[in-house]
Amino acid sequence: MSTHAHAPAPPASGPPSLVHRRGEESWSRGDKIGVGLAWAAGILLCALAAAIVLYMLFRGLQYLSLTLLASHPLPSLDQTKSGGFLDPIEGTVILTILGTAIATPIGVGIAVWLSEYARPSWLARAVESGVEIVAGTPSIVLAIFGLLVFQQSVFGFLSFTAEGNAVFGRSFFTAGAMMALIALPLIVGSTREALQSIPSHVREASYALGKDRISTIRRVLLPASRRGIGTGVTLGMGRIVGDTAIVVILLGASQQIQPENGTPVWGLLKGTGSTLTTYVYNNSPAGEGGAPQKAYAAAFVLLVIVIFLNFAVDLIARRKEPTWTR
Amino acid sequence: MDPLIPAEEEGFDPLREPMSVAAQLPPPVRRIAVEEAPTVAQPPAAGNGHVAPTAVAALAKRMPRADTAPLERMRTEALSIAYGQKLAVNQVSLTVRQGEVLALIGPSGCGKTTLLRSLNRLVDLTPAASRGGKILLDGEDVDLFDVTHLRRRVGMLFQQPNPFPMSIFDNVAYGLRERGSKKPSKRELEPVVVAALERAGLLEEVKDNLDHPALALSGGQQQRLCIARSLAVQPEVLLLDEPCSALDPISTQVIEETIVSLRSEIAIVIVTHNLQQAQRVADHVAFMYLGDLVEYGEAERVFGSPVAERTREYVSGGFG
Repeated sequence: MSTHAHAPAPPASGPPSLVHRRGEESWSRGDKIGVGLAWAAGILLCALAAAIVLYMLFRGLQYLSLTLLASHPLPSLDQTKSGGFLDPIEGTVILTILGTAIATPIGVGIAVWLSEYARPSWLARAVESGVEIVAGTPSIVLAIFGLLVFQQSVFGFLSFTAEGNAVFGRSFFTAGAMMALIALPLIVGSTREALQSIPSHVREASYALGKDRISTIRRVLLPASRRGIGTGVTLGMGRIVGDTAIVVILLGASQQIQPENGTPVWGLLKGTGSTLTTYVYNNSPAGEGGAPQKAYAAAFVLLVIVIFLNFAVDLIARRKEPTWTR
Repeated sequence: MDPLIPAEEEGFDPLREPMSVAAQLPPPVRRIAVEEAPTVAQPPAAGNGHVAPTAVAALAKRMPRADTAPLERMRTEALSIAYGQKLAVNQVSLTVRQGEVLALIGPSGCGKTTLLRSLNRLVDLTPAASRGGKILLDGEDVDLFDVTHLRRRVGMLFQQPNPFPMSIFDNVAYGLRERGSKKPSKRELEPVVVAALERAGLLEEVKDNLDHPALALSGGQQQRLCIARSLAVQPEVLLLDEPCSALDPISTQVIEETIVSLRSEIAIVIVTHNLQQAQRVADHVAFMYLGDLVEYGEAERVFGSPVAERTREYVSGGFG
């Protein structure tokens, strides 16, 4: 349609002042030492990561077998008869699903409130501090606290109860609830960041079409934050999969999954069990068991799960999505 | 008879059709669409600030006016808006009419965007903002409206294109959904969506891809989609906040043509930094400076022989 006037082509070689701008010789000795140290630190970390993965790969694959993956753990001192770690794998999966299922709606809700409402501001500050405190509390403390809470008779419906209404307080439910707490801050942080990266004119465009806040959040802001929510949830899963203290204290430490008699799903969640982390702990030389081979194999499976989750986080976070200009 | 009029009556806008069609039309149309279009972004002429009419300005004057005289839709009476202690709009009284385009011009920070955003009460969302004076829509105080109802009648287009993260179809249907208790089906929505895209001049480009994500469109297409999205709820007033400042000249031209073609049905207010754009599309111009309405009048008059010294300086490029 139009003929554009082209600017004259730039000369083939740059102006003389730019030619040696980034030359090494201009770096001072201090710079060189600093860069060297930074390199060394980076290489060291890579080496460490490689060592962990390779060692666990070597040890794990040495002992790992399908039978271990597919058989129930059995209480036997004879390691040829003590079975595998099917139940701990199932326990890890159940606990992770339960924990994220509890944490995701609450975490997204908190993030939405903090990002979109946050009034009165003292309450917003209090909620922020609350999230930070939960994030900073060691999981063993959360676990002890959870035991204290869930042994109250009001929570009897969440775990085994003995004669005389003594509440056991340990079950997938109670462990899952505390696991939700360790995943929560990650979900809140990541979702909130995603919401805040949405320019305000996008919200206004929805209001300008006569929409209220709730439908704007539901139809525009949350869909636009999918990536952030996904990242937070996956990071949270990683935390849950890797946590030991809550499982030791709140899951009842039964090697096999012990559902309560009654309704299938509810009974399972009311029952006790173990996860890969406690299985590793119990079978390692540090724990009571003398089955380090099985501990290595289980640790390898755990490592694979966590690496896979990290990879998933990368995939989600890197997915290119078109976005708005601020 | 003006060759554009019959075409217009048949709902056929030659300027939105492919060039091959425009090429078959009588000379005036062809010249505008094919040869003179790239002059849109020409620099201001030196001197008294009176710029030679460009192709679109010529078109704007040539476009048939609404059948009736411009009809008053919105009015501000001694409207003042402050952010905390800072007065952003000071005692402004203005009239917005259907059948014409009103351009708000002035240097950055003069209150024109604040004034615009007060018309659909978007300013209410700023916690520190306070307002005095009255805003009337068809004689009724906007404060008495349910705000969601007001905003359906007074649509808005923003500086940056901001389609929602959903399909093209869903973007246009967005304002129509969840109105009332019954949810309209896709089949019910489709004619409205298609009509809105048509009016915004986007239908030809997207009609086969209505289910594609809207954010994958180009900037100019996104902005036209945003126009379609506003038009779908059938607003009576349309507020445009520098709608072309993020766009290339060709997209700008398409959007300006759309604006001009809409003014007979919808009262249009446009905030713009671009004086040429104001000249091309506006029938009335309001010049604001530091919150005050300095000058208001017909576009030709304000640009050709401004009364106030400030206006004269501004339209001649003296400051801003």
